[in-house]
Amino acid sequence: MESYPQLVPLIILIPAIGAFINLFLGARLTERAVAIIGTGAAILSFVVALLLYSYLSGGGAPVVVDPPFFDGWLRVANIDISWQMRVDTLSVTMMLLVTGVGSLIHIYSAGYMHGDERFHRFFAYLNMFFAFMLTLVAGNNFLMLFVGWEGVGLCSFLLIGFWFDKAKGVGWRNSLAARKAFIVNRVGDFGLMTAIFLTFWTFGTLDYYRPGEIANPEYGAHSEGAADEAHAEGAAVVDEAHAEGAAVVDEAHAEGAAEEGHSEGAAVVDEAHAEEGAVAEGEDGHGGVAEPVYTNNDHIATSDLGVFGQAERMLEAQHEVDFGPFTLPIETVLVLITFFMLIGAAGKSAQIPLFVWLPDAMAGPTPVSALIHAATMVTAGVYMMVRSNVFFYEADLTSLIVTLVGVTTALVGGFVALGQWDIKRVLAYSTVSQLGFMVAAVGIGAYSAAMFHLVTHAFFKALLFLGSGSVIHGMEHGHHEIAHGHGHADHHDEHHDAPDHAEADSDDAFDPQDMRNMGGLRHKMPITYWTYLIGTLALAGIFPLAGFWSKDEILADSWLAGLFENDLGGYIALGGLLIAAGFTAFYMWRQVTMVFHGKARHDAADHAHESPPAMTIPLIVLAILSIFGGFINVPSNVLGLDGIFGAHRFTDWLEQTVVHAHAADFQLLIALAALGLAIAAIFLASRIYGNNKAVVNQRDPLQENYATAPIFNLSNARLYWDQIYGALIEQPFNRMSKFLADTLDWRFWHDYVHETVIAKGFNAIGQLLSKPFDLGIIDGTVNGIGVLVRRLSGGARRIQTGYVRTYAITLLLGVVVVIIVLLLPLINSGR
Amino acid sequence: MVQTEAYLMLSMVLFVLGTLGVLLRRNAILVFMSVELMLNATNLALAAFSRQWGSENGHMFVFFVVTVAAAEVAVGLALIVAIFRSKRSIDIDELHQLEG
Repeated sequence: MESYPQLVPLIILIPAIGAFINLFLGARLTERAVAIIGTGAAILSFVVALLLYSYLSGGGAPVVVDPPFFDGWLRVANIDISWQMRVDTLSVTMMLLVTGVGSLIHIYSAGYMHGDERFHRFFAYLNMFFAFMLTLVAGNNFLMLFVGWEGVGLCSFLLIGFWFDKAKGVGWRNSLAARKAFIVNRVGDFGLMTAIFLTFWTFGTLDYYRPGEIANPEYGAHSEGAADEAHAEGAAVVDEAHAEGAAVVDEAHAEGAAEEGHSEGAAVVDEAHAEEGAVAEGEDGHGGVAEPVYTNNDHIATSDLGVFGQAERMLEAQHEVDFGPFTLPIETVLVLITFFMLIGAAGKSAQIPLFVWLPDAMAGPTPVSALIHAATMVTAGVYMMVRSNVFFYEADLTSLIVTLVGVTTALVGGFVALGQWDIKRVLAYSTVSQLGFMVAAVGIGAYSAAMFHLVTHAFFKALLFLGSGSVIHGMEHGHHEIAHGHGHADHHDEHHDAPDHAEADSDDAFDPQDMRNMGGLRHKMPITYWTYLIGTLALAGIFPLAGFWSKDEILADSWLAGLFENDLGGYIALGGLLIAAGFTAFYMWRQVTMVFHGKARHDAADHAHESPPAMTIPLIVLAILSIFGGFINVPSNVLGLDGIFGAHRFTDWLEQTVVHAHAADFQLLIALAALGLAIAAIFLASRIYGNNKAVVNQRDPLQENYATAPIFNLSNARLYWDQIYGALIEQPFNRMSKFLADTLDWRFWHDYVHETVIAKGFNAIGQLLSKPFDLGIIDGTVNGIGVLVRRLSGGARRIQTGYVRTYAITLLLGVVVVIIVLLLPLINSGR
Repeated sequence: MVQTEAYLMLSMVLFVLGTLGVLLRRNAILVFMSVELMLNATNLALAAFSRQWGSENGHMFVFFVVTVAAAEVAVGLALIVAIFRSKRSIDIDELHQLEG
């Protein structure tokens, strides 16, 4: 069991291998083999996550694992970033969530994507997403988080645009949605990168915690109290925990030192520690010498701590961070870092102002919406903020901004979801809204509540998305059936390509996702209906389903933050989130009424039938999780439930890692208010939307009323958010691009610089060289020689008269000259 | 016995006459004859020197010159006939196609 953490590299490796197999060999494999490889890889990762969980829940200490072959991953100058993985309660929570929900969605996809021509690629992408998401959560430093962050962004892009080749412009819309998601996320990535740069500059490292460092030294003291209480009550928590974890051991050791009465227990624990020390340190081998037991990090030099440990030391020492020309106090730097982290989280976790990509991301296949755009990837921002809770805890200003962003997002998302007709779009805006809840929880310092809501939300939002996928699947098949006559036997083969080509097949503008076409599906698709109903009630926060507990914990935390810490953000969060919770219940019940209740409003809904077991079984599992998921963290003072499930188990579990996690006690008033609001909203929704009120090409019931019509129109138009962005960002950007392209690039750069300066200058130099120099000097020389020769020869030519007489005279004269020359010596000597 | 100088004087006169004939006459045959005159003036000088010095070399030269002149006559007259055929004239001043 002690060696389980060493398995953590497998959790990334297995899906990566699965992705490679399906990517390169998948085209040649059968659909069944592809599904088995993809789903098998997912389930194997889940098994690894379970083993890690069993290690930690058995009291194992957080471990930093160095995978083989990755030593010194990034070592440049004084930068030394290792590919290390951290097994602690926070990362394992995320791993369990990603692999557990992800495995169910893999199974579901095998049914949903059946017959798609790129079936293998879909599974390859899903596995690739797994690998990156697990890199994100398992890494022990911000750079690995960033690698995973970008990787899941890539997978998100690939999967949103998965049906890029659909007919009638739908494929183009899908591609645009994918591009939008990618580009909007780049804006957030800028924030994350800036935060990472600042972190590195400030601390000189990017590691969360160094090996051997204790994340939360107070965790021991806390559970000591718990253990004492447990002892007093007769339930031996320490015994149960096998006394193996360093934290528990440390604490127990201290306890033993302090109180002699427990000497026996201390001896046992010491022995256990010797074993543990050898395993955890790994380098000491089995020398048998027990490491000295530390209950805090005081023995570690500041520079050897991870970023969070260093931050705490620096805060104590009032450290000033040197930025070259100026210095900033560490508090200010932390505000900056967390602010830029918020920008990053706003991109990935779809917060205002960067949430616009998420509703469009529903262009992807529904399992993708469930896995990536509801349950896991979009929670990466929340995970990062909870991971950095030490920073956020100290940065009051950022925390307030985070709260405001979260609350606004929750309200905007919830409001817009009220007026949508597309079944997936409602869920998408609901996701935005719920992510706002989580972010607001981070803002008010309720880190464990944020994680709790993240987990429960993953359960019921994945359930709802998969349920909507089942509905869409049923509607498409129903529509297909009408379009091609009735009967089942002869249609079995054609069903295969239905999800992909349904739109191409049909002539009318039938939208299988429009809720106004649905109705009465509860009898056609009973399993989908009941699971969907559970998901809806869980999301609406109805007692005692999962959403009730997690939402209530956030509300209680914000109430307590406002009341006891005099935190303005707490009151804002409480008010805003209560309203948002009301919205949630209303739009979800509106959806259930429109989709499942009443009578069918389109023939397709009449012919829909239940999805195959590969799709319904994950629905059932997720429904069970949505019912019972909330019990992992029941408050201590409600209905004696803590006697059954244990109070604040999840918060205690997280506290080992999340330094500032704290549990909020149950606030009856708040809980009743939230519950009452939800029930009232459900009642209102069923009154308004019952009896098949919303029909295509007719006004929505809310539009009938003078008072509510403008509100509905505003919501239906999504608050004109995209239009505002279009006017504020897109158009100026386009205009600037046009200016740059037309004026700067074309007119200035091409026309002026290229044409005028370069081309004309070149011509001028060319002219200069060709005329005076080439023609003048070079040709002049050559021609001049020619002319000279011709002139000379013209003179010499005249000698040749052609008259024989001339030659004869010349000859004679020559003879005379020769004779004179011959005779000259004679004449001279004759003298 | 006639003095050698007299022969030489006669030879010189004949040579000059021949030279003037070659230079001044336009009739090709007359030019040709003037050339013969110059050759024979030379022959006379050679024969005179040969007698003066009692050497046979001069005579040998004379025979060669006479032989060559005979051949020359054959070639020269043939040329003149060919020129006459093409030009219908034997005026050498009309033969200046080689003018540069």
